Amino acid sequence: MSALSVSAVFGTPVSGASWTVLAQGSVPAPEVDYGAIGAMLVVFAGACLGVLVEAFFPRHVRWSSQVALTLLTLGAAGVTFGWYVGRSAAPVTTLSGTLAIDRPTLFLWGTLIALALGAVLLIADRSVEPGGSFVAQAAIRPGTVQDRAQAATSGMQTEIFPLTLFALGGMMVFCAANDLLTMFVALEVLSLPLYLMCGLARRRRLLSQEAAVKYFLLGAFASAFFLYGLALLYGYAGSVKLSAIAEATAGNDRSDSLLYVGLGLLVVGLLFKGSVGPFHTWTPDVYQGAPTPVTAFMAACTKVAAFGGIVRVLNVAFKASSWEWRGVLWAVAIASMVIGAVLGLTQTDIKRMIAYSSVAHAGFLLVGSIALTEQGRSGTLFYLLAYGFTTLAAFGIVSLVRDGNGEATHLSQWAGLAKRSPLTAAVFTFLLLALAGIPLTSGFVGKFVVFTAAVDDGMAPLVVVAVVASAIAAFFYLRVVVLMYFSEPATDGPTVTVPGVFTTVAITLGVLVTLLLGVYPAVALDWAGPGLAFAP
Amino acid sequence: MNAASLVTLMVLPLLGGAVVASLRGNDRLAKQVALGFSLVELVLAAVLWAGYDPAGARLQLTSSVDWIAAFGVHLSFGVDGIALVMIAVVALLGPVVVGAAWREKLPAARTAGGFLGLILVQQGLVVGVFAATDVFLFYVLFEIMLIPMYFLIGGYGGARRQYAAVKFFLYSFLGGLFMLASAIGAYVYAAGRLGRGTFDWATLVAVVRDAPLSTQIWLFLGFFAAFAIKAPLVPVHTWLPDAAAEAPIVVSVILVGVLDKVGMFGFLRYLLPMFPKASQELAPLVLVLAVVGVLYGSLLATGQRDLKRFIAYVSIAHFGFMALGVFAFSTQSQVGAVSYMINHSVATGMLLLVIGMVIARGGSTRISDYGGMARLTPVLGGLFLLAGLSTLSLPGTNSFVSEFLVLLGSYPREPVYTVLAALGMVLAAVYVLWLYQRLFHGPVRGDALVGLASGPGAVEDPARAKVSDLSARELVVLAPLVVLVLGLGIYPKPVLDVVTPSVSATMTEVGLADPVAQGGK
Repeated sequence: MSALSVSAVFGTPVSGASWTVLAQGSVPAPEVDYGAIGAMLVVFAGACLGVLVEAFFPRHVRWSSQVALTLLTLGAAGVTFGWYVGRSAAPVTTLSGTLAIDRPTLFLWGTLIALALGAVLLIADRSVEPGGSFVAQAAIRPGTVQDRAQAATSGMQTEIFPLTLFALGGMMVFCAANDLLTMFVALEVLSLPLYLMCGLARRRRLLSQEAAVKYFLLGAFASAFFLYGLALLYGYAGSVKLSAIAEATAGNDRSDSLLYVGLGLLVVGLLFKGSVGPFHTWTPDVYQGAPTPVTAFMAACTKVAAFGGIVRVLNVAFKASSWEWRGVLWAVAIASMVIGAVLGLTQTDIKRMIAYSSVAHAGFLLVGSIALTEQGRSGTLFYLLAYGFTTLAAFGIVSLVRDGNGEATHLSQWAGLAKRSPLTAAVFTFLLLALAGIPLTSGFVGKFVVFTAAVDDGMAPLVVVAVVASAIAAFFYLRVVVLMYFSEPATDGPTVTVPGVFTTVAITLGVLVTLLLGVYPAVALDWAGPGLAFAP
Repeated sequence: MNAASLVTLMVLPLLGGAVVASLRGNDRLAKQVALGFSLVELVLAAVLWAGYDPAGARLQLTSSVDWIAAFGVHLSFGVDGIALVMIAVVALLGPVVVGAAWREKLPAARTAGGFLGLILVQQGLVVGVFAATDVFLFYVLFEIMLIPMYFLIGGYGGARRQYAAVKFFLYSFLGGLFMLASAIGAYVYAAGRLGRGTFDWATLVAVVRDAPLSTQIWLFLGFFAAFAIKAPLVPVHTWLPDAAAEAPIVVSVILVGVLDKVGMFGFLRYLLPMFPKASQELAPLVLVLAVVGVLYGSLLATGQRDLKRFIAYVSIAHFGFMALGVFAFSTQSQVGAVSYMINHSVATGMLLLVIGMVIARGGSTRISDYGGMARLTPVLGGLFLLAGLSTLSLPGTNSFVSEFLVLLGSYPREPVYTVLAALGMVLAAVYVLWLYQRLFHGPVRGDALVGLASGPGAVEDPARAKVSDLSARELVVLAPLVVLVLGLGIYPKPVLDVVTPSVSATMTEVGLADPVAQGGK
């Protein structure tokens, strides 16, 4: 292996020896397909503009301008994306092959932009919690006089909006990354804003800050794992490009230990982001402590990005060696499903319960991800779309049920909710049934496509475990339904806040997609369906 | 008749449910509208029956629309004789149940509109389950139909309703998921053979029936889990006594009379034709469970102290008989099993309603709280006896025909199991007549009827002693069931004629000949 050179890292076919090119100081600029990555560029541009708005706009117009800018950015990204998809869907790689804009990428980008739109609406809502869910000044120490004062004011840190856009941009790069180094950078770009966003809750500041610190520390470890794995894989394959690693694994003249240790470390980093058990330990604490709109954003979008990355890495780089690692990921999937379903049973906090539910769902997603077939890919992508919208709407509902101290997240406080707010209870029941995977909801179709792919790829025993885990998990969803419908309300129970326009739109969006994908899944299945190939 | 009428039969109650549920402010109007919808449904079902040609195609009144093209899923409906009679039972019980629920005491803050709306939705979904001819669609409806029942038990039931509702749901849901896994397995297998996956029942049957035995056994077990829980067979029956004990009586009628039949129906429609080899291979397992169910259910029914749980165990015994008939693999026994499905709905439905009327008078579900009721309510006593005699299969009542056919048809192939199951007939006489004796004979006694009547110086509660006999409404509710109990007992031919060709077709699909020459029906 020669010295680390530009051509080795980026795999660009540079004519002549690369060091001579470098010596002449004329590195050829990588070709950029601006159309293909337009949506991503729009998001990053919007994020940068948001920072400028934060710096130069007076305080009283910041919120409105940030909301307008963010929604405009997402709209523009959506239009750019739609324009590109309408024009061509041929897979391309761009920026010297570091980004692959193929069908899976496009599907995930569409999903991410739509989910981010819903999450931003939740973040922007100021009617449910007067002044918004976010602290006025993050630097105020919890428990102090200033902290109590800020809880009553109506200001909020509007940096949350550019942070959201940066995170979204990172997720988009992460899904499209065609080499591990780009993937790592994207991982950091998406994670760092999230760490910060977790600590910005207006109420229960200590819990929120604890969540941020936990997420940051564990996330940093996971990133280190990823990076170490990347280094070992570079040593193994001599390149960080996924396709080069795939070529290397197809041969057999290299050190397998580098491959397996590298792959293991890399996958740990990825599974951490996807909150797959047993790498899920941060999930309940962070979901509980983070401001609910941020939790919604994390639960929906981070999951999409993480599994988008996992599917790409496994399918593109490690398909040839699947025989060796698949057994391990079987075990991980089983662990995740069982941990999520069983520990979910014991939860008494609704946000923690949904967190464990997300761990169980991560297990199901992993079942689909390790079926390295076209069906497995499309099933996983469909599942991500379905799960994202359902969980987004579910957290939207959670943010509505409140008492004097903010959100009433303890389960006992939800008793008899149906008597007081039948509509909220009915919508939440529908979402819970979707999470449980009852037919005519998107959750069921998601499970169905994933299970079908798994059986088709010879993983029937795994499906049986998944089926049992689904049934166990159904219990804790049902428990909430029982509480809401069949229990007497507590006299000093929480009230359901009438949601503002933003939250209403976000919840409606989530519920409608959940219903539509359940009743007529063909719309999305066709798009996620045949010919879902990765760019070479 | 055309295919649209079958779909209408399913959609109409769903529509009715929505309409009735929206009439929450006006209980009286809600009841009338619900009754109207259920009567129209009954008329439509009668028309459907009249238009069915027993000698015609295997599936009639078929219709099919693409649903999820990528997975070969269709919205297809159609009926054979077995499905037809089950749909007829569903339609028949509709007005009966609405009538019986007329004076139902609902929990506080619940309205008749919500209650009857759920019942109508339940009715529509069950019709859909029987009419579906796409395995995926069947699964979807199979699971969806749990939801209204879950709310009916949990929202309107007794003290332990939360537990009962969740238990009911989880049992059925788990069974359903195993079925889903098997259905996916069958789909994948068929996709490998045909090159393109489909969930169409007829296509799957044609392909999967030739699968190797080991494959069939795995797929069989998944479907069997779902149907055995639904039916229910021992040892996965424990949800039924809880659910039946906590649910309001009219809901129990639907649960025991209609929902549980989906299990038996599934045996005949899905298990046997799709997995004939596995069905024969594993028949002894099912037969053991069936016979254990007959004896265990009968013994526990005899020992019950609670009226509603009594019915649940009686039903478990009867479901054992039906399973025996299905897995004894003769046309006669299977025709018996299918007619048992109907007759059980009628007889047990009537017994449940009569018991509900007893409970409505005494306000207690404990058997020991009653005694000597015949003196106070002779008509109720007489109808209770009729329902009881039908339950114990007295000749001349409808259940006799079916039980006799099951035993007669099962004996040639499975003499041991048949003889053991026949013991259940003896036990049936014990538990029915003993219950009747305790409730209705002797002097008037029991806390529910006369207050603290026992013991010296006991004070009688005069309000309770004035128990009135059946009202006109109650008589009208029971009248159609009385007619059916006696009518089908004396002249069962209309049902048997419709059922027999479909059962013969099932036997052909299994690929077994009848063990003895059949001398007509």
